Amino acid sequence: MFESKSGVLLIGGLIFFVFAFLSNAVVPMLMYQELPEQPTAALVNENLMYQFQDLSLRYPDQFSEHFGEATQENCVEALDLGREIYIGEGCWHCHSQFVRPVSNEADRWGPVAATPEYQNELQRPVMFGTRRVGPDLSREGGRRGNDWHAVHFYEPTSVSWKSPMPNYPWLFDGSPDKPNKRGLALITYVQWLGSWLDSYPLYEDYVPLEEQMDNPLAQ
Amino acid sequence: MSAGTVTTLPPNQPEHENLVEERLVAWFFVAALVYMAVSFLGGLLMALQLVRWNPLQGSEWLSPGRWRMIHTNAIAYGFLANAFLGALHWAVPRLTLRPVLSRALSYFIFVAWQVVVLSTAAGILMGQAQGIEWGETPVWIDPLALAGLLLVAINFMAPIIKAEGPLYVTLWYFMAAFVWTFLTYAMGNFLPEYFVPGTSGGAIAGLFIHDLVGLFVTPLGWGLMYYFVPILLQKPIWSHGLSLVGFWGLAFFYPLNGIHHFLYTPIPMFLQYGAVIATIAVELVVTTVIINFFGTIWGSGKAVVNNLPIRWFYTGMVLYFITCFQCALQVTLTFQALIHFTDWVVGHAHLVMFGVFTMWLMGIMTYLFPRLLRRPWYSYTLCEWHYWLSTAGIVSMFIDLTLAGVFQGYAWASLQPWDVSVELSEPFWIFRIFAGLTIIAGQLCFAWNLLMTWLGKTSDEPATSAATNAWGTA
Ligand code: HEC
Repeated sequence: MFESKSGVLLIGGLIFFVFAFLSNAVVPMLMYQELPEQPTAALVNENLMYQFQDLSLRYPDQFSEHFGEATQENCVEALDLGREIYIGEGCWHCHSQFVRPVSNEADRWGPVAATPEYQNELQRPVMFGTRRVGPDLSREGGRRGNDWHAVHFYEPTSVSWKSPMPNYPWLFDGSPDKPNKRGLALITYVQWLGSWLDSYPLYEDYVPLEEQMDNPLAQ
Repeated sequence: MSAGTVTTLPPNQPEHENLVEERLVAWFFVAALVYMAVSFLGGLLMALQLVRWNPLQGSEWLSPGRWRMIHTNAIAYGFLANAFLGALHWAVPRLTLRPVLSRALSYFIFVAWQVVVLSTAAGILMGQAQGIEWGETPVWIDPLALAGLLLVAINFMAPIIKAEGPLYVTLWYFMAAFVWTFLTYAMGNFLPEYFVPGTSGGAIAGLFIHDLVGLFVTPLGWGLMYYFVPILLQKPIWSHGLSLVGFWGLAFFYPLNGIHHFLYTPIPMFLQYGAVIATIAVELVVTTVIINFFGTIWGSGKAVVNNLPIRWFYTGMVLYFITCFQCALQVTLTFQALIHFTDWVVGHAHLVMFGVFTMWLMGIMTYLFPRLLRRPWYSYTLCEWHYWLSTAGIVSMFIDLTLAGVFQGYAWASLQPWDVSVELSEPFWIFRIFAGLTIIAGQLCFAWNLLMTWLGKTSDEPATSAATNAWGTA
């Protein structure tokens, strides 16, 4: 049996493979049955809408051209596109999206990752990540302003002196204050990360939008 | 059937020419080398980016993030797959004494596979990658790739099924690999993309990453070692019993390891423990295989000095043992807390992909090209340079990245600002560029040597090498 063709093909090739699949993949699928996948539309929350509106105020021309109004519907479109860019540009090969319960990570980034956070359309395929050249991003939302992200994506070294992160000028129409559709979408996606948490925003207090737009120098 | 059974060969042994389509073997090897060059350019670009020396900043088509995916995909589907297909077209017909199902099909597979690889590259460059590690192949190519894998399996299974008498170890590995590769590719590219989100999707992605190495690359690699090592040493494998242990141990334990790529994620903890234990079991299995091969070379140790393909093979095996020993340690949760997400893992991956499987395939190519081209190598000195630069490069890269990983891990755990971990990585990243360039230099020696051999040039190397290079004369 152990040296016969049928043994090798059926037992080695098929049965062992299926056994591993059942025990390692089907078991967690069954365990999380009662946590169905949420569609992107269900992921838009107040925190994210705040950032989305902020984008529309900061970059009014680009925003109205590409997304029109800062509505919930358009936010869904931006999120989906943003995730596509995050994958296509390989951001997930330099940034993880899960906080581990070890190595003081909860102190650095906030609450440890939990399964319900990942049962949604934007985490199919899941963006756990594989290497941290840059920091974990699963609690990035609200940590930085939209303008910071825009400048950072345009040229990371201009805000983070020695950053090895590549420049993404093709997400802009020529300058960091003109993010194009892809740029706006990616910023929206990054602001979504962690926006669902009770602890949000972990890093800074909210400054109401009107106050932010109130430029003291203009008075 | 036991190893002792003497099987008589068919009275009229088929001629080699009727078995092996040599031209195709050479084509597969050349295609493999071309993709290897592409992959190295991608790796180099990312390595330069990390220390901000990338001279090509700002172009969408040359984005290091995209080329990082070209780097891994070109190695897996361009280099490894092509080189394996070449070697299989040599080994399977000669082992079964039967040609593949159809030569026309073989040529079709050759062309179809290059289409798959090139469109993968084009898709990734256009930003259409799929979000699954090692499965970045854009979703619209996946069905084509799967059809290609099916054709490969049919083409090679035909002679294997018809073969009479006891099956040699190599063929167990190959048969299983054809089934596994197909299943693994289908599982990894379709389920997490279309059906299974989140944590369970992550578990499947883990299975995919792991099975691709363990159930596609590893069985083909070991199958070829079981074939070429006894031929080159001119003696049978040491223990048939141990090869049984090795094969069935791999078949059972390897697929159970996948989740160890995502330890400390929200994947249920008991599944993570299971994967850790299965990984340590694989290490024990690997030890039996290594013992078997060192038992085989016992008494012929000199071959490592004067038989270059054997030296490639056994260097790869030593590095394989180191890789797997490392697996057994780094898979523990204690180690994971420190080294996960760091360059330690990158070092590990390079050691497996280059230090083991590329080494083996380079040994096979070094052995087969003189036979395919019907002339000795243009220069045996260049063959030596190829070996030594590759070995020096990969070993130093491995040590460098492993150390970098430890430093990064401690920098993160100590809650220093992120930039500190980037800054302290810099000397390691710079060293890594030079280690990589050493590897590239080795492959350039090989490419030049191959070109000169192909063109029929002769060098004025002293003829003394003839005795030590007996392996190189067809
Ligand atoms: C070569 C690896 C690399 C790639 C690729 C990369 N990053 Fe980064 N990223 C870094 C590093 C290193 C840092 C930390 C230094 C800095 O702030 O620039 C960083 C920082 C960040 C930050 C700021 C985190 C914070 O709050 O301090 C964000 C947001 C970010 N990256 C998003 C992205 C996105 C989105 C992409 C894909 C378009 C991407 N990164 C691609 C390496 C990378």
